[in-house]
Amino acid sequence: MKIQTKNDLEKTREEGLKSLYPGAIKISVGMATCGLSTGAGKVYEAIEKEIGKAKVPIRLERTGCIGFCQREPVVDILEPGKPRIFYQGVTPERCGELVEKWLEDRVVEDLLFCKMEKEDRILEGGVKDYAIQKIPSGIDGTPNYHQVPFYGKQLKIALRNCGFINPDHVEEYIARGGYFSLYKALFEMKPEEIIEEVKRSGLRGRGGAGFPTGAKWEACQKAKGDRKFILCNADEGDPGAYMDRSILEGDPHSVIEGMIIGAYAIGAHEGFIYVRDEYPLAIQKLKIAIGQAEEAGLLGGNILGSGFSLKINLFRGGGAFVCGESTALMASIEGKVGEPRAKHIHTTESGLWDKPSNLNNVETWNNIPIVVSRGAEWYSKIGTTGSKGTKVFSIVGKVKNTGLIEVPMGATLREIVYDIGGGIPDGKKFKAVQTGGPSGGCIPESLIDMPVDYDQLTEVGSMMGSGGMIVMDESTCMVDVAKYFMNFLKSESCGKCTSCREGTKRMHEILTEIAEGRGTTDHIELLKELGWVTAEASLCQLGATAPNPVLSTIRYFQDEYEEHIINKRCPAKVCRALLRYQILSDVCKRCGKCIKACPAEAITGKKKTKKEPGEAFKIDVEKCIKCGMCFEACKFEAIEVE
Amino acid sequence: MIPFKIDGQPVEGRDGGNVLEVAMDAGIDIPHLCYHESVKSYGACRLCLVEVVRRGKSKMTTSCTYPVMGGIEVFTRTEKVLRARKMIIELILAMCPGDKLIQDMAREMGVDGVRFKKDEKDCILCGLCGRVCEEVVGANAIQFAFRGDRREMIPPFQGEAMSCIACGACVIACPVDVIGMREEGDERTIVRWKRTLKMKKCKVCGNYFAPWFQLEKFKEQAKLSKDFFDVCYTCRT
Repeated sequence: MKIQTKNDLEKTREEGLKSLYPGAIKISVGMATCGLSTGAGKVYEAIEKEIGKAKVPIRLERTGCIGFCQREPVVDILEPGKPRIFYQGVTPERCGELVEKWLEDRVVEDLLFCKMEKEDRILEGGVKDYAIQKIPSGIDGTPNYHQVPFYGKQLKIALRNCGFINPDHVEEYIARGGYFSLYKALFEMKPEEIIEEVKRSGLRGRGGAGFPTGAKWEACQKAKGDRKFILCNADEGDPGAYMDRSILEGDPHSVIEGMIIGAYAIGAHEGFIYVRDEYPLAIQKLKIAIGQAEEAGLLGGNILGSGFSLKINLFRGGGAFVCGESTALMASIEGKVGEPRAKHIHTTESGLWDKPSNLNNVETWNNIPIVVSRGAEWYSKIGTTGSKGTKVFSIVGKVKNTGLIEVPMGATLREIVYDIGGGIPDGKKFKAVQTGGPSGGCIPESLIDMPVDYDQLTEVGSMMGSGGMIVMDESTCMVDVAKYFMNFLKSESCGKCTSCREGTKRMHEILTEIAEGRGTTDHIELLKELGWVTAEASLCQLGATAPNPVLSTIRYFQDEYEEHIINKRCPAKVCRALLRYQILSDVCKRCGKCIKACPAEAITGKKKTKKEPGEAFKIDVEKCIKCGMCFEACKFEAIEVE
Repeated sequence: MIPFKIDGQPVEGRDGGNVLEVAMDAGIDIPHLCYHESVKSYGACRLCLVEVVRRGKSKMTTSCTYPVMGGIEVFTRTEKVLRARKMIIELILAMCPGDKLIQDMAREMGVDGVRFKKDEKDCILCGLCGRVCEEVVGANAIQFAFRGDRREMIPPFQGEAMSCIACGACVIACPVDVIGMREEGDERTIVRWKRTLKMKKCKVCGNYFAPWFQLEKFKEQAKLSKDFFDVCYTCRT
């Protein structure tokens, strides 16, 4: 049905509420990319089968990612009068048990993850209480959602709906307050008032640079032009980062609603979402969402009967990291090679097809409905002086809990790594956190109590970026890390500017020299000089930030570089060329396992038998390819790595 | 005309112009490789870096892409600019150690040797050939391919440049002269693009003077008479 009045919107909300809380048992399976890759598809099918056997009606739904990607597939069960139960690591084999037990008012204890008694409704500013009357047996020891350390310190604004709605049902989005902000913006606010609200909220671009969103909108609104464009950057290319993907897969309407509000404020009637083609599920969800929004009269011509129109097109990127840069992104939409151009005239004045264009990232757009609904005053109370609101991070690497988290700006790295992330696994020592994607920097332990916001991160030589966070422990080599990111950047630089193309290439080359034992003492200064030129002389932000991994690791871990260069040692035992494998003859039992494992036939010796004592085992340094197979194969820890 | 200053010297530039062209007109030398007055500024070689002070803020940028603006102050030889240019020319020299022009420019900027492994490339990736071919000739025979350190200027699929009319504009535009043109009998070859085309014979002197494809393209673009190119340039004048 076409939604034309507030009454229509209310009616759709009622429908959505019935879908969210159907009055019967509802089982939801997290089916974002993280869930699907761990087998959520099979789990869904298995539950479907079980439901067929059950005597009572059970509804099965697909939902997005609830953040704890490591514990996927996550399945939750909601039944009126009972706490909501979340299961983790569900396998198809366990689904029968899971359904059967629930029908008997019991739970599968070893899969239990947490329970929930009320649900946050951040957009409307309240909670949905599940009005619990009955508690299934076996859940006493289970923590509440907010007591789980992973969730305890989180504040979910951007991820408000992920894992709670079926992204394919627009009415479920509406039931949780969606599109009411759009109604408010269109009928109760003037474009200038919206811009003022966004400005006062202190919202800054979540794509990385942190430019104040309101100021950008204002510039675009004031720019002269008969035709303006509104753009969404969903070209999330940082390795290990997937904040935007999760939002698009779990809550695509939040981005669309933000874009419509923005378009109305700026005066644009045409928009593009530039999404990378490597995100097939996000593209699928966006297509469905755009179709539904158009059908419901929330997008397209005469939105909500207001007379305002907006057409949103989907544009699929071809897999170039540099196309996340604003001007390269626009060139790509125009059908040209995705290369940045000089921005002496801002894109808000001359962007896509030389028309005034406003580009924001997925998470920025997703924050707009909140700013409109809760107001700037509420929003600006969250965060630090210079950075307001929350930020989503994908926390990965050497940390116990990996996944997608959202914390208020100003949360410390310690809170993120230790409280939410659960600290470093296997009793190892924390070394650094790399933030901001490939062109971010590595932050050492001495700065772990630093509050995370745009300005602090820049000050210590890293950046917010889009929100990737990679935790490193003592077994990570910082030279190797710098080399890894430089390899990525030298391949993903568009190659236009000499300084960026040759700068990243030469930095990678020198880092390789150092990692392979050919480093010289001049190399550190040369890296610094190359880093300076790459940052200062290149055209776009890719070049300007590219040296960060090198410069920040030199800044905080110069001693590690020196170990590689002067003593030809890799303290983390990562750089293979600098490793020496040897057999400790007094520990060696002459079992022969290492000889079998060695692919280079570098180990000599004679196996011990009942009759003969065998001969001492030795590794020929010349033949050894340092693959580590012998080390893995030895059961007696007789192989030493130096 | 819009007034501003370069190295303290008052200059004027046209609206829509760039700082580099104004500097050159005023006799102020700024090294550059990828700029040519007949095509749009590109900003790839980064040698024409200058410091621009606008509204009290200073930033280093390429002069070829910086638009003429009233009241700006441009500094072409600050310590920062010279330091950056020096490293850039060293990087280009390491990439193309055999190019005479690059060797000369490097020496002038005080670069005696390179601290990097020497590549064996000859093309400096300024893109002038491709831009001249697109913007001036309209043939679009060559284009940049690949990204990052694999970037190359090539004909489609690294084969023969099938849209090339062998006019030689790229050969003339190339600052390091690595494209190469050869004429033998009634054929002209653009060496780098693997393109060989038959030439037309002048009705008066009997010399082969230009490729058929080039003359047809020019006739069409300039709307010239059918027999305009029956006679070579020399015999016509």
